[in-house]
Amino acid sequence: MAFDSISQFLAMGGHAPYVWSAWGITALLLVTIVWHARAEHRQLLNGVKRRVRRERARSAGASQVPPNAARFNSVKGGMRDDA
Amino acid sequence: MWAFIHKLGSPKWFYGISAKLQPWFWAAAALLLVTGSLWGLAFAPADYQQGNSFRIIYVHVPAAFLAQSIFISMAVSGLVFMVWKIKVADMAAAVMAPLGAAMTFVALFSGAVWGVPTWGTWWMWDARLTSMLILLFLYLGVIALRGAFTSRDSASRAASVLAMVGVINIPIIKYSVDWWYTLHQPATFTLTSRPTMPIEMWLPLAIMVLGFYSFFIALTLMRTRSEILRREANKRWVHDLVKGRVEETR
Repeated sequence: MAFDSISQFLAMGGHAPYVWSAWGITALLLVTIVWHARAEHRQLLNGVKRRVRRERARSAGASQVPPNAARFNSVKGGMRDDA
Repeated sequence: MWAFIHKLGSPKWFYGISAKLQPWFWAAAALLLVTGSLWGLAFAPADYQQGNSFRIIYVHVPAAFLAQSIFISMAVSGLVFMVWKIKVADMAAAVMAPLGAAMTFVALFSGAVWGVPTWGTWWMWDARLTSMLILLFLYLGVIALRGAFTSRDSASRAASVLAMVGVINIPIIKYSVDWWYTLHQPATFTLTSRPTMPIEMWLPLAIMVLGFYSFFIALTLMRTRSEILRREANKRWVHDLVKGRVEETR
């Protein structure tokens, strides 16, 4: 251990603003990036699920999905039809 | 070999294999980053000249390594896409760019913050600093260019070309400290000589570098899978893939 106490560790020998801002920004960015990637993946999977469900409903003819509702769903799911 | 490349280029195959590889890289990244951070922040000895401000090195150097490596990976992926028309390579290149830009920003920011107590200034138009700033603009250019086309194929080709041309900046960054008189110190790690730092300082740095690389690989696998879902949302195999889960939620 390079420090004798927690308060000394936090003070970083007078260099606290430099050390903690550099580390803080790095940690914040890495955490945000992971959080975004997880949300993105979940959202896209849900989009595909909705699409599959809609197709099944259409082929079964059980429920009539209005065309504008379908379009709204695909936009919400982050899907691009130009794929 | 050719069969392997084509298999690797198949989105369906890539989606499956990356799901298996991903957890290992995430676990390695978490383990290495936590160990390296604790070691670097609390256990490594303070520098005899710089005191504790030198601890910024443990985020600065790995971020700078990654910023350059990601650009090279992006250019290679661009080349693979242009030559062999492998779409997965283009998807990987697309998801690499934002992380590369973020890492370049981290390297610049941590360097600026480190410069204040060490050099007495946060910025200098020094060759190393300027070439890193150009790298940031190249990343932003690649991201913007990709968004500027309505046709996906045009966007992919334009972004690939810019990545391949922009890669010339990487050797300039690397050799800037040798070619010009710079405020920035020469390389901390080289493959040809022993580190000049004591082991209790460079070992945590090596761990952090490996942690950052694992993070890059894990994130690229994950986001390439997302990109596959985005672009192949109409394909039958994607539908078959989620059908199991659709049954459950009904």
